[in-house]
Amino acid sequence: MADITPSQTVGPYFAYGLTPNGKYAWNDAFTNNLVTPDVTGERIRVEGRVFDGDGESVPDCMVEIWQADAQGRFADPQDKRALPNTSFRGFGRCGTDVNGGYAFDTIKPGQVADPDGKPQAPHLLLAVFARGMLVHLYTRIYFDGDAANAVDPLLALVPADRRSTLIAARKAATGSPVYSLDIHLQGDDETVFLGV
Amino acid sequence: MRHTLSELTGPVYGHEAVREGDNDLTTQHKGEPRGERIIVHGRVLDEDGRGVPNTLVELWQANACGRYVHVVDQHPAPIDPNFTGAGRTQTDANGHYRFVTIRPGAYPWGNHHNAWRPAHIHFSVFGHSFISRLVTQMYFPGDPLFPFDPIFNSVTDEKARARMISEFDLENTQPEWALCYRFNIVLRGRNATPMENM
Repeated sequence: MADITPSQTVGPYFAYGLTPNGKYAWNDAFTNNLVTPDVTGERIRVEGRVFDGDGESVPDCMVEIWQADAQGRFADPQDKRALPNTSFRGFGRCGTDVNGGYAFDTIKPGQVADPDGKPQAPHLLLAVFARGMLVHLYTRIYFDGDAANAVDPLLALVPADRRSTLIAARKAATGSPVYSLDIHLQGDDETVFLGV
Repeated sequence: MRHTLSELTGPVYGHEAVREGDNDLTTQHKGEPRGERIIVHGRVLDEDGRGVPNTLVELWQANACGRYVHVVDQHPAPIDPNFTGAGRTQTDANGHYRFVTIRPGAYPWGNHHNAWRPAHIHFSVFGHSFISRLVTQMYFPGDPLFPFDPIFNSVTDEKARARMISEFDLENTQPEWALCYRFNIVLRGRNATPMENM
């Protein structure tokens, strides 16, 4: 067994390398738009703000998402069921703006079974990187109003009064649905982070 | 929590995310950047010591004077118009990666009296799954600032800290051209315990 390389903070200056977004002489490897021309499924926007333990917004944070496609399949050969006929990658990256805001344009993922074969509710996996944090944090975003939330094995492990920190509210919007969820890194409203 | 496919799969990239020359930070502008040209290379490995092939490695760093191009960095050291300080590459079939860059300078950061960061290069690596994702910092051997840097020392185990320090690599140093440093990166495997920062 080789010993793993320790994690270090992403620091305050990653934007020009990881999320340049037209502001620097470097191109983005990834954006916050996961929608590809050939992707099928319900187009959605997922957005929110990131807050620190004092309730201040975090303007220099990076949020990454990883998700299944609308059929519940991951664009990774390790998912043996993956469909080869779409260019949907299921990965997105977004640097927070001056108000701590993040947003992703994507499609609502389908259901994915857990290792026991029990269906999980549709969800995104998130990784949150920020100055001052030694290690990034993982959480999930579920979708308000999805009947499968009631039987999701992971949500069932979360105390009922904290579950709302993982479920994005559906905002009234014309066109594609917009789901909103704020992320609280610390404090009374702290998001439930996953010990993965 | 038990891992499901969400945690055990991860982004896979073709070469479309990486352009030709993205791993050479000295040729991104009209002229050559100032500073000491170096080669930084190594392997991305899993916990069983196997190379992780075709995985994305991104890096960013300060210039030779210890200044980032980031708009928020106000350190009064010159910006180099020929150096952005960002690069990316993909590991080969054996998990090997290679960059050409400029050795970054140390810089003050105001955390406490006379606080200076040792020279370092930030790395971002993906690996087999979304939970093997790693962001870390690579240091240079023998830096006198190590004992004074709270970020380096946020990793409390001495042996673990040593894994963030690159090795001088004479064998791969190119005569008359550039010194070489080797930095191997070991990612968590599929069955790893939750990440504590050791």
